[in-house]
Amino acid sequence: MERLINAIVAIVFGVGLMLLYFYGSNWLLDRLLPDRGLVDGVFQSREKQRERIRPWLFVAPALVILGIYLVYPALQTLFLSFFDSDGEAFVGLANYGRALGDSRFLESIRNNILWLLVVPSFSVVFGLLIAVLADRVSWGNIAKSLIFMPMAISFVGASVIWKFVYAINPDIGFLNAIYTSGGNEAVDVLQIPFWNSFFLMAILVWIQTGFAMVLLSAALRGVPEETLEAARIDGANEVQTFFRIMVPQIMGTIFVVWTTIVITVLKVFDIVLAMTNGNWNTQVMANLMFDQMFRAFDTGYASFLALVIMVAVVPIMVVNIRRMNREEAMR
Amino acid sequence: MSVRMEKVGDSGLQLPLVNMTPGALLARLALLLIVVLWTLPTFGLFISSFRDKDLLSFSGWWTALSVTERGEAARTGTDEDQVEENGAWFIRGEVFQPGEKEIQAFGIRSTEPEVYAPGESADLGDGVTLTVQADGRYELRSPVEFDMSRGRRIYFRAAVPPKFTLANYGEVVASEGVDQAFINTFTVTIPSTIIPIAIAAFAAYAFSWTEFPGRQLLFAVVVGLLVVPLQMSLIPLLRFYNQVSHILPFFEAKSYPGIWLAHTGFGLPLAIFLLRNYIAGLPKEIIESARIDGASHFQTFTRLILPLSMPALASFAIFQFLWVWNDLLVALVFLSKDLDQIVMTSQLRELLGSRGDNWEILTSSAFVSIVVPLIVFFALQRYFVRGLLAGSVKGG
Repeated sequence: MERLINAIVAIVFGVGLMLLYFYGSNWLLDRLLPDRGLVDGVFQSREKQRERIRPWLFVAPALVILGIYLVYPALQTLFLSFFDSDGEAFVGLANYGRALGDSRFLESIRNNILWLLVVPSFSVVFGLLIAVLADRVSWGNIAKSLIFMPMAISFVGASVIWKFVYAINPDIGFLNAIYTSGGNEAVDVLQIPFWNSFFLMAILVWIQTGFAMVLLSAALRGVPEETLEAARIDGANEVQTFFRIMVPQIMGTIFVVWTTIVITVLKVFDIVLAMTNGNWNTQVMANLMFDQMFRAFDTGYASFLALVIMVAVVPIMVVNIRRMNREEAMR
Repeated sequence: MSVRMEKVGDSGLQLPLVNMTPGALLARLALLLIVVLWTLPTFGLFISSFRDKDLLSFSGWWTALSVTERGEAARTGTDEDQVEENGAWFIRGEVFQPGEKEIQAFGIRSTEPEVYAPGESADLGDGVTLTVQADGRYELRSPVEFDMSRGRRIYFRAAVPPKFTLANYGEVVASEGVDQAFINTFTVTIPSTIIPIAIAAFAAYAFSWTEFPGRQLLFAVVVGLLVVPLQMSLIPLLRFYNQVSHILPFFEAKSYPGIWLAHTGFGLPLAIFLLRNYIAGLPKEIIESARIDGASHFQTFTRLILPLSMPALASFAIFQFLWVWNDLLVALVFLSKDLDQIVMTSQLRELLGSRGDNWEILTSSAFVSIVVPLIVFFALQRYFVRGLLAGSVKGG
């Protein structure tokens, strides 16, 4: 009970302080710059001055926090990538050079590329398939809800769920139960060389398919009925209509879904940490960075790895933001 | 997700399945298969979390509703337990609580554990016999007095009826600190959702409806910050927090205000971007007439803009809430793993490492950690979808 009260006090304190700033600073502004009232028979308002200052009161917290939490650290990380493990001595490009000879780094790059090839494509294909099928049945919305559900589950929660599926004991793991019922010896899928990464990818596909499905389903509804009707009248069958009419029409959304999942993949961390912690050649970039930061305490090298993630993410984000802005402008 | 009306076929009334073309039937089956495949893992976890601890590691969750058979072993009593009746000596007892299981077969050697049916007598030599009943009662009979300080082994195969229990949940709450982690997660999540929304809403209003020098440029910078992955921020922020905690004695490097502000910083670019798009799209006339009536920007914002922006605020709130609740990375960096700070995701990861084989603990803790997002998800799915569509740029 006491713990609960502590928590509530902390929450009220945090939120209250923030509200106090907004109400307090605006109240103060009204007090410091009041209207002068009637001067020489003319009402003199200082509203203009007040309203010139007020926008700054509104944006100040956002700008300060963004400065401290994103701008400064991003520049600092760039800076630290040229320094040694304590962030003290300048080492030039040593961290960059070291990466080229670091087998863990190369392994992460290889795995990240595999993830990038597999996860977005499977998620999009499954998502599209489900979106098309679900629109044809009466229980489609229930089906979509269930497939979408993993999206609400944390990556760690999903890892527990799938560790349970993959468990080596055939009386616990569903997968091994099926596998051993065919007379095979139970296997630990997380330790199969090379293919173990794919069992990790399956978890992310399981999560991201719902996301792809929702966006693609919305896009498919936007395809004009007349276009589809025209195609059918011209004798196109269902499959032809799908590939020649529907898919080209929603290409834009497919692109957005694909790139969004690509970014998620580039930052994937929790699943690998929880399932294998990068063992058995499943390391990926974000987990390697975490490893270097908190277990090796190598600030310089970890900063370099963060930079690699940033460099991979930026071009995709730029394209996506441009796209969003363009769509915003058309609305 | 909006409901879509099924199109009625030209022929009017249609019988489902009977009039279906093979293609349509195949499509339905394919969808059903995918849905089952997608739901099964979560369902298995859910069922398992309510199963008896002993059964959990002994039979798959897919057999949860059926009777499980398993081999077990027990020991009889020793010579201290013997009684003399009609010139023979007996040791009697039970190998398990009556009603708990049912014995199918038993044996006296580990190599032949199932040679006798319940009720039969096994000959142990020298006139000694052992009888085991189906309900677990046994009787050891000897013509001469027993002289044994250890009981005889009984091997048996028992049928265990399905058993569901809340004991696993009781255990994780009592001994694994899951209840505290649950409260901690709320302590992190609620301010980390409200603070960025309020700050972003004020900024979004200023960026859309006020005039100040540098407005366009600053907004462009904020949008530009969307591209910075949070991995870029972690190392410098950790160093920064440590330095500040050395200078200011009341500020600790790992603290709740510390993580609130971190989540606020990481969520702000997207929040400002989305809310500005929404607030800038509100009708110009309403805002201008309020201003002409003498309302200050503060009054216009709190009394007019905030109520009008509720749908956008709700969408972002749900998105941010789930994001923070499910986050592991930021919590690992900005909070300690001590009992008073550890969050559910972090706790779950610790349990995966330390109690990797205790599935009764893992399944129930995992379910405790995902139940809140699932409730939010099913109750507010419409807003969640909207927030997700808009918030997809944030990625992981």
